[in-house]
Amino acid sequence: MFYREAGQFKQSYAADQAIFPIRQDRIGLAVILLIAFVGIPLFGNEFLLASVMVPFLILALGAIGLNLLTGYAGLLSLGTAGFMGVGAYAAYKLSTIFPEVNILVWILCSGFFAAAVGAVFGLPSSRIKGFYLAVATLAAQFFLQWCFVRWSWLYNDNASGAIEVPARTLFGIAITGPSATPVTRYLVVLTIVVVMTLIASNIVHGRIGRSWMAVRDMDIAAQLMGIRLLPVKLLAFAVSSFYCGVAGALMVFLWLGAAEPAAFDINLSFVLLFMVIIGGLGSLIGSFFGAALIHILPIAIRMLPDALGLSIGAATVEHLTFMIVGALIIFFLVVEPHGLARLWQIGKQKLRVWPFPY
Amino acid sequence: MTLLYSIFVDPFVQMVQMPDLLAQTLWEGLVSGVLYALIALGFVLIFKASGVFNFAQGIMVVFSGLTLVGLYEKFAAAGFSGPLAAFTALALAVLVMLILAMVIERTVLRPLVNQPDIILFMATFGVTYLLIGFGEMVFGGDPKQMITDQLFLPRGAYDVAMLGGHVSFQKIDIAATVIASLMIAGLAIFFQKTRIGRALRAVADSHKAALSVGISLNQIWVIVWFAAGVVALVTGIMWGARSDVSFALQIVALKAFPVLILGGFTSVPGAIVGGLIIGIGEKLGEFYWGPLVGGGIESWLAYVIALLFLLYRPQGLFGDKIIERI
Repeated sequence: MFYREAGQFKQSYAADQAIFPIRQDRIGLAVILLIAFVGIPLFGNEFLLASVMVPFLILALGAIGLNLLTGYAGLLSLGTAGFMGVGAYAAYKLSTIFPEVNILVWILCSGFFAAAVGAVFGLPSSRIKGFYLAVATLAAQFFLQWCFVRWSWLYNDNASGAIEVPARTLFGIAITGPSATPVTRYLVVLTIVVVMTLIASNIVHGRIGRSWMAVRDMDIAAQLMGIRLLPVKLLAFAVSSFYCGVAGALMVFLWLGAAEPAAFDINLSFVLLFMVIIGGLGSLIGSFFGAALIHILPIAIRMLPDALGLSIGAATVEHLTFMIVGALIIFFLVVEPHGLARLWQIGKQKLRVWPFPY
Repeated sequence: MTLLYSIFVDPFVQMVQMPDLLAQTLWEGLVSGVLYALIALGFVLIFKASGVFNFAQGIMVVFSGLTLVGLYEKFAAAGFSGPLAAFTALALAVLVMLILAMVIERTVLRPLVNQPDIILFMATFGVTYLLIGFGEMVFGGDPKQMITDQLFLPRGAYDVAMLGGHVSFQKIDIAATVIASLMIAGLAIFFQKTRIGRALRAVADSHKAALSVGISLNQIWVIVWFAAGVVALVTGIMWGARSDVSFALQIVALKAFPVLILGGFTSVPGAIVGGLIIGIGEKLGEFYWGPLVGGGIESWLAYVIALLFLLYRPQGLFGDKIIERI
């Protein structure tokens, strides 16, 4: 009764094809965006903005990238962190070679470098799939990480081997570097993530997304229906890597401020895969749920003992966090293997028929 | 031209000129290959019987080794040390692996039966996190010394004069190779000759058919995870004796993945041959070609070797031919 589409008539094809055809969805989205763009910057403190929201949004963008590849095109990848690293290093090189061009342009352009690298490492997908492909993408992960360490041109021969973000401005306001305030960084990240999510939504609802899903569900059948597998799979790799590359560039420029090659190690790939699977394969909103759960949960667990007035050693809390996260992963998989997005759908359905059970 | 020379000619000239170095490199590669093969073996056992791509195998190696050393330390602290205590700890570690297998079967595999492979794969990630947290909390996170002497494992090295130079064979490496071979032979006999082994093979062929002739899947899963746990324990002891027991080992365990795709997920001989190819290829590549690009290529060379094989044979060297139906 709260969430009924009865009485909302679509009178044009455009209305029927809208991303949010139901009025309640549009209102809900507007409220969320209002809170995100106005409420949180006004009332959030520095910790919330810099340590919770910015990482959450960036990880969600990376998770969307992986979800396009794994959830929509059905190609399992463990090289996500490597592609994020490509984006970060490309943005760093571009912004130091051409400092006069706006940094946002370079952050978005770095995605194309990641896309090219991703497409190259996607070539084995023409022959192999499933877990075999996952291991093949591990080759990308380790090779790229080795490049970040050994190829000193990439980090301008810094003695530390790390990349440091130069200070850059947009309309006279510092958005990267140490002088940028958390609020501006948060707003920049939020804008990019919202726009790119919208684009991703359009991609997956269109012809390209449908061909990805056909390949995912059964590639031979898709081939018989006239979908050329290799271009479609490579496109999935390229688009996914584009998203991951932008997420990586944002991660270094607007979150960490400086990064060593170890920031893009295999653990980041696994964490992103968690987010996608816990959130829900083949669901954009699931990527946000997954990122929220996996990123914010450990922070919450670490804060819990203080809040309850218990004194537990820091090491013990760390171990407990590991155990709780592990147990929760298993718990969520057992309760709802289709991820949090599925729970969200079930919740919406319940709201729709409330107060009746079905 | 010099580049081509240093890629295609120079390494081979070096190999011929200094055969003792080549022999040493090959031996090192063989030993690390055996250890990769052991980890891969644990994967294959589980994948064959339950279709689960067990990411936790690497951490099981660390966890079992840590349990053994940790228990022994606790015994030693209570004034009970020496070989007897070490073997008591070993027996208890085996028991812990059995309990672990039962717990995993009950809490992870049984509720998730019939789910897509990727879900089960992620669940083993959860197991990995749990084991990392649990192991660190109980036994501490710092690297530990493996109790080699108490388990009567040899130390030191044989220096053999051969091929116009010296080649040194670590005794523990020889012991590791022998024990690994014995264990693989034992597993092969177990699979081929015993009643449970036949049931395991039946389950590997088809779950449904095995169920229909009255084989209990749950029981088989416990057995197979327990077997993988014992393999992990042996690997942990051997590897721990070569360096030390620490959580850094699980990164090394990722090397088992290229071994797996090289050998095929379902083939025990494949795991062994794949392990040897990867181990030897990796050491040769690092030693002879690594300096050309600044070294450290060990971290990804194994994957590239495996990838090249895969492009040629998508199901791995010994894997079952992939037949797809619509």
